[in-house]
Amino acid sequence: MSKEKIVINPEFWDIIPQDYRDLVDHATYGKTDRGWKDVGSSTELIAEHSLCAGCPESIAFRHIMASIPAPEDTVMVGSTGCTSLVFPMVAVQNIHSLFGNQNAIATGLKRALAYRFPNQTKDVIVLAGDGATVDIGLDMTLQSWFRQEKFTTICFDNELYANTGGQESGLMQKGFVAKMAPQGKKFEKVRLPEIARESGCAYVAVLTTSKPSLVERVVKQAVLIAREIGPTYLQIYTPCILEIGKQSMEGLQEMRDSESAGERFKFREFITPEAQAFIDDMNAKKKADKLAASANN
Amino acid sequence: MGTHENPNTPHIGTANKKGQMITAPEEIFFNAPRTQAFLTGSEVIKEAVKRSSVDFSVAYPITPQSEASSLVGELYADGYVGDYMRGESEFAVMGQCAGAAFGGARVFTTTAGPGTLRAFENFPMWAGARLPIQVVFTVRGVNSPLTIQPDTLEIAFMLETGMLLWHAEDAQDLFDFMMKGYIVAELPEVHLPIGVICDGFFVTHTKDVVSMTPEDMALPHYNPYANPTPVMDMETAPIRHMRDPFIMKSNYISYMTHASWQLEVKAAMERSRKMTRKLLNGLIEVENPDAEILLVSSGTAVSQSREAIRLFRDKGVKVGLVKIKTIRPFPKEEIREATKNAKYIFVPEFNVAGWMAREIASVVERNERVIAGPHVAGGMTMPPEVIVEEVERTIARMNKK
Repeated sequence: MSKEKIVINPEFWDIIPQDYRDLVDHATYGKTDRGWKDVGSSTELIAEHSLCAGCPESIAFRHIMASIPAPEDTVMVGSTGCTSLVFPMVAVQNIHSLFGNQNAIATGLKRALAYRFPNQTKDVIVLAGDGATVDIGLDMTLQSWFRQEKFTTICFDNELYANTGGQESGLMQKGFVAKMAPQGKKFEKVRLPEIARESGCAYVAVLTTSKPSLVERVVKQAVLIAREIGPTYLQIYTPCILEIGKQSMEGLQEMRDSESAGERFKFREFITPEAQAFIDDMNAKKKADKLAASANN
Repeated sequence: MGTHENPNTPHIGTANKKGQMITAPEEIFFNAPRTQAFLTGSEVIKEAVKRSSVDFSVAYPITPQSEASSLVGELYADGYVGDYMRGESEFAVMGQCAGAAFGGARVFTTTAGPGTLRAFENFPMWAGARLPIQVVFTVRGVNSPLTIQPDTLEIAFMLETGMLLWHAEDAQDLFDFMMKGYIVAELPEVHLPIGVICDGFFVTHTKDVVSMTPEDMALPHYNPYANPTPVMDMETAPIRHMRDPFIMKSNYISYMTHASWQLEVKAAMERSRKMTRKLLNGLIEVENPDAEILLVSSGTAVSQSREAIRLFRDKGVKVGLVKIKTIRPFPKEEIREATKNAKYIFVPEFNVAGWMAREIASVVERNERVIAGPHVAGGMTMPPEVIVEEVERTIARMNKK
């Protein structure tokens, strides 16, 4: 998208909602150095949302939207669940169609955009919950990785079905008592990050959203690697404070606790040598450009 | 926006990369010279896709459409189709088709029987999202024990999906309906998915003489921006569409939004009638409407009815025919008019349910005249003699009472 496409005809300026004017004047479309530090000083691509107060998912959403490298040419694919309550307020185009088919939708979308815009880069990012990614949609998640479809899959892992009221999911911890698991879940949390690696993802990371700088680094890396090399997968812990019995202000601590040494969301990443070489090369170029710029000054 | 910069979309009067001249649809359909070819239905599907400037196609094996979807792969390898892939199941295939259509591509796929039902959740979603995807359903049985035989039962499941459904009688219809289907389905005032239906094996696996449009002419490309909904390509402003998603709200505005959108899909289907009448020369075809006995049906049952009418003629009995080309939208006015003088309206069908008879009975006056049958199912053929016998026996029984 050229930035001119969102410019408002001056004749209509006074009747355009403030919301839209802000997006035109103060959002970060087209800024190559955009990142989480813009939060608070620019108009975010997600403004309001209807998630619960203090929901870590909303924080993760804001950090991700601030970090995607080219929102002006990014289309997002969601699925049914709490995320689908946020997407209507996200200022990049996004698709909700059915529950669990997000990676099939993204496959067709990415291919159509690659065919229609051979001289432009169009990023596709899937963002869905763990029920959509791992349970009902697992087939399509994996098959898109086997086929090496060039888009990023982000899973908001809250370890249960939150939107329907806290039922057992495949990513739930073993033993957790939930609806539909009245005696506690009887099998281990599905190891999707390892499965992703074995299924051909070029880059995989597991994290929480407690550190925005980390979210920014992995999101940028995941999208850029998907653009050039192959599929990438991020699994981000976004605890459902409501269903695990926490208060609104306790989400951050819950994430910090779960990412300490030995815990299930301790930060880990996997990158193929090819993807690493691509990132090294990109960083070297960036460094050289910076040096050249400072030499010119 | 977008399209005019796209090197993959030449305009009318210029050639595509395969040297086909992009030509106005009506010129191709009605003025261009036709040549005769002797082809199977599967080959006809390939020939129609070749002339339809298709951007994206997804294939998955299921009898009896496997050959057709592989042939589309050959077209892709030859450069006639933009992109092509094998999906992992029909549910995924229809999602991949939707993704590409959301992204502004003209999409083609095929499926049959159990594949149709596995994909089912997608069809009303396509209609609601206003995606003008084309599927060819080469219909077959859906019952257990496992069958691959021809049967039209699956169409009954499709009736209320919001898709346009056109039923080809033979290979010629299949060829014409596929190309014309894109033109109607993609009208901005319609913009709905279309299922072009043909009877598995009877049409896909038999050879027939088909009158073909020139190989070196192709339909204009799909313009995704002539669309009642935004294309998901970030080439238009990414508006935030609402503060509170309707799914969250149990209030009148939410109910009203969903209800009015369903009505809009129905209205879009109504709006397809005008262009469909023009391109298909009417939604029905009628012969001898003044006859006392009428045979009314769609698909292969029409071809068999034509043969039965010939047998009746030899016996000196005048029997008329109504061929229904579009099942959705249903040609209710046309059927009502064409059957108004008939004493007996027989509806031969290749399924046990008799859904077409129900559809007809729901629109004609004095619907005790509608007689469901004869039915064959499970892969049986419908010899014209069976139709003749059934008509004679039924009328004799009715006259006895």
